[in-house]
This record gives sequence, C-alpha cells and structure tokens, in this order.
Amino acid sequence: MTTSIGNVASVAARAGGSVVRQVRSAIDPSAARPAGAGQPASGWLSVTVFREPSDVDTAALPAPLAEFGDRIEVRVRPAPGGKGTELAVRLRDRPSGTAASRLTGSDPQADLRSALRRAKQLIEVGEVLAVDPAPHGRRTATPGGALLEAWTKVAPKAGVR
Amino acid sequence: MKAVTWRGVNEVGVEDVPEPKILNDHDIILEVGLSVTCGSDLHLLGGYIPAMRAGDVLGHEFMGTVAEVGRNVTKHKVGDRVVVVSFTSCGQCWYCKQELWSLCDNGNPNPGITEALWGQGIGGCYGYSHALGGYAGSHARYMRVPYADQGAFPIPDGVSDERALFASDAAPTGWTGAHQAEVKPGDVVAVWGAGGVGQMAARKAMLMGAERVVVIDRFDNRLAQVRTHIGAETLDYEEVDVPAELREMSGGRGPDVCIEAVGMEAHGNGPQYLYDQVKQQLRLQSDRPTALREAIYACRKGGTVFALGVFGGLVDKFPMGAVMNKALTLRGAQQHGHRYIPEILDLMARDEVRTEHLATHVMSLDDGPRGYRMFKNKEDGCVRAVFRPGA
Ligand SMILES: NC(=O)c1ccc[n+]([C@@H]2O[C@H](COP(=O)([O-])OP(=O)(O)OC[C@H]3O[C@@H](n4cnc5c(N)ncnc54)[C@H](O)[C@@H]3O)[C@@H](O)[C@H]2O)c1
Ligand SMILES: [Zn+2]
Ligand SMILES: [Zn+2]
Repeated sequence: MTTSIGNVASVAARAGGSVVRQVRSAIDPSAARPAGAGQPASGWLSVTVFREPSDVDTAALPAPLAEFGDRIEVRVRPAPGGKGTELAVRLRDRPSGTAASRLTGSDPQADLRSALRRAKQLIEVGEVLAVDPAPHGRRTATPGGALLEAWTKVAPKAGVR
Repeated sequence: MKAVTWRGVNEVGVEDVPEPKILNDHDIILEVGLSVTCGSDLHLLGGYIPAMRAGDVLGHEFMGTVAEVGRNVTKHKVGDRVVVVSFTSCGQCWYCKQELWSLCDNGNPNPGITEALWGQGIGGCYGYSHALGGYAGSHARYMRVPYADQGAFPIPDGVSDERALFASDAAPTGWTGAHQAEVKPGDVVAVWGAGGVGQMAARKAMLMGAERVVVIDRFDNRLAQVRTHIGAETLDYEEVDVPAELREMSGGRGPDVCIEAVGMEAHGNGPQYLYDQVKQQLRLQSDRPTALREAIYACRKGGTVFALGVFGGLVDKFPMGAVMNKALTLRGAQQHGHRYIPEILDLMARDEVRTEHLATHVMSLDDGPRGYRMFKNKEDGCVRAVFRPGA
C-alpha cells in the first residue's frame, strides 16, 4: 500500500528514465539500460570506503545499515591499490520482480543502496550531507518540473531508471 | 531575501526566496559580497542541461563574508572574508585525497541522475541543476556552504573582492586544464575560447613555462584582453584558418597541448555548424562540439587535448580516427579548485594573476535578467556580469 503521491512519483520516474534510456540507446542499443541502475546478478551492492578495514566494524554498522538488522548480509574486504575498504551488503530475501515493486513505489533494493551511501558518508565524513530545504523561488507547475522532482526523489538511491 | 532565479529556458527572474539555514555541522552561511555569471550558466539558460526547475537560484562563482558557522567548522569564524570553490567536496573520500576534488563521492546528494547518464556520479556544484546536487546558487544575499573547511579559502589582505572572486571558478578551471594537460616548458599551447576560463587557462600555461600560448575566439574585445591582461597571442577564427595558422606558429608540428574552453554551445562557420545546431535542437545530439573537433585536428601527433568546456551528453561526428591514429591523449574535468585556489590567491597577492578586467559589468541583483542577457549576447563588450547583492 502506497500513497498516491508515491505512485505519481514512480510513474514520473519511469517516464524520466525513458529519456535517459533514449539518450543511451542512441549511443548503443545494448546500453539502453542506465548504467547506474543495473543490479548485479548476485544481489550484492558495494561501495568503497576510504578507511582501513578495522574502521569498518560489521558488528557496529552505521545506523542506516543497522536498521536492516538481519534482513541483510554484510561483507567487508580490503580494496586493492590502497583504495580503502569494500563494504558490500545484500538483502537475504530479495524480491524477484523488481519491476512490480517499482510500480508500487517501494523498492527495498533501492532503499538499501541509499542506506549504503549514507553509511559510507557516516564512516568517511561523520554526517550525511543534506540539501533540503534549499532556498528557491516560485515553483511553476510544469511537466518537466514534476518529472524532475520525481527523479530527485529516487536519485539518492540508485541510477534513475 | 532577493535572488536571481532560473524561470525557464532563456528566462531569468528576480524573486524573493527564504534565507538559507545551517543543515550540517560542517556548513557556514556566507553573506555574499560578489557573485558572477559563468559560461556554464549559459548552458542552463539554453536548456541544454535539463535538470533545472523553475525557481532554482543561479550562480556558483562567488566570494563574501562568513555570517554563521556550523559546530564542526574549525577554519573559519564570523566576519572572515573568503572565496568559495564552486564544487562541494568532502575532503575525506579517496577522490578528494587524490586531489580530484570535483569527483568527490560525498558531494552530491542526488548521485543517481549523473550515474544514469555517465555510469558514475560526480561531485556537487552550487546552483547547477538537480543533477549536480540541487544546491541553491549564489546570486542572493546569503548562501549555505557545506564542507566549509574544505571549500572556503581566506582572501589575503590586499587582494580586492573583484580579483578574489575569480579564484572561485574561472581561475581554478583554467589551472585544472593547463596542469592536468601537463603543459611543459617549451610547449606550444592553443586555447579555444577567450572567456574567463580560456584566459585563465592561457595564464596558467604561461606560468608553467609554455613557449607560445595562442588564444582563439572571434570577439575583438576578448582577444584584446588576452593580449593586454594575459600576455598571450591571439587568432580570430573568422579571419584565418585556425589549424593552418597554428601549424605555422609551431614549426609545422601543431600545438603540443590544445585546451578547449568553449563547451557544448560552440559557435562555428560553414555547413557543419548548421548540421550541429539542427541536430542539437532536435535533441539528436545534446552538445555542439565545433571547437573540440578543431582542437583534435590541430593537435600535434602524440599531443594532449583537454576539454574544459562543459559537455553534458553526446556529441556527433567525433573525429575518433584522429584521436587514435595521432596517438592523442584526450582528457577533461570539472575543476579541481580546492587543489589550486591557495596557489592562485598567493599569485593574486603578488600581482602575477590579475582578473579584475573580466568584471566588465557590475550591477545589483535587480539587474539579474539584464546581466544574463548582456553576458549571453556579449552586449557592450560584456565578458562577465557581476552581481553585488548588498547594492
Ligand atoms: N570544467 C569546469 O570546471 C568549468 C568551469 C567553468 C566553466 N566551464 C566551461 O568553460 C566554458 C567557457 O566558460 P566561460 O565562462 O569562459 O564562457 P564564455 O561564454 O564567456 O566564453 C566562451 C568563449 O568561447 C568562444 N567560442 C565560441 N565558439 C568558439 C569556437 N568555435 N572557437 C573558438 N572560440 C569559440 C565564444 O566567443 C566565447 O568568447 C563553458 O563551456 C563553461 O561551461 C567549465
Ligand atoms: Zn562556472
Ligand atoms: Zn570527497
């Protein structure tokens, strides 16, 4: 069950995504799927944190990941080339039809991606960067504006699709 | 407070907007002293970067006085005069630690949009669309600056506001181009575009020991500025065949380093320009790469071409054959200003970098629409329109 706003947003996000898809398929039809939005078959989502592995404690994960409790598996390993530590997470119970869940506006995989980004920021910077409320003038209701608003709602999570 | 806003394609407004607040402990609130138009804004105005919403505050090149500091800010206090780099970068991630600041992992709260377009998200930039973070811009009385210990730099006494202003974006962008293109003593360097960015790239190339630096444009007043204030040579592309002249100026070799400081709305002559304009307007290509193509043709074998001009998506008729067969190095970047601003401010204090001449028109925020019109159409010799929110 989602709000109607959620539904509008996810419909608009898919419409917005189709613009991105169009642009990408103009380059190469096989690239019609936006690169940032693809999911690896294994289900693992991964970020590299510029910290020693000993600083990334799987027993005391930052709050955004800790909230998932035992709904996620966590893997930590050193990144090659002195790039820090690879932190990977995976939902134990992965929804099979992500397209269907996107229709309803809820996408646990995308929520996990967003939590992973916030966890990285908490470890590297100590707080999560905020942008709202940003000062702005009158928002005239244009189709483009609504689309973009929907885009920016999903943008912290994963690639726009 | 009053602010200059994007209202739609080729539509700039002046509106009353709420004042910004501290949102993160690493923020400062800046009372903006001066804020300037940049060539990058023209791409937003023209609608070539689509992620703008009506009401977004414009502006990303600015200086001012610290009005409020967040709890974790250690380097600044209320009353300090600072210049702020246009990119928001955390200073802690691997990219920041490599001094590739505009690639920061933690500077853009909306990374999904650029991830979808380019495969990876880059850092955030003030007043530069929701794709680069959705931050409010600087054409306003007050401005929120996150990661202030990283992005705000104290202005040395004796450096005027008008000079320091361009240490925010134009100068560090020019520095990024010449430095990352690895200009060497004895090099011949060609720079396309005599706006603020091209002029600063030429200056840095000279400071790095280039033997000859040649700037290309078609506006007499801009080329005259290059000769007088920068000390580089110039070519008017409406008068001469640019690659031929450059070959002649470099003993038949072609320039060692070619820096493109024009971007996706390049102007051109001949049928290719019409073709590009039509394709761009039909959205079959998002960018018009006239100067970039010419730079690739002109460059010597084994040389470096650097794209400082902003491109958003796809370009057409890209001379890949020249890139591959001539063994060129092709690079680009948004500015890594955090790395260069201390050096630039130091050179400004020693009079070795001068930028006041770029501020051809200084006006109040109420004149925002007029300032952008003059800058876009290069009316009255406008090189940059500068806003003084306090006026
Ligand atoms: N990489 C970065 O971080 C960064 C930062 C700031 C600006 N920029 C980009 O740099 C570019 C220049 O910025 P600016 O503020 O100097 O802009 P500007 O509009 O003042 O100057 C651009 C100049 O290019 C000239 N030009 C147009 N077509 C040309 C051609 N075919 N050959 C030669 N010259 C040509 C124009 O006459 C104009 O003088 C823009 O694309 C801007 O978006 C990039
Ligand atoms: Zn700029
Ligand atoms: Zn960073």
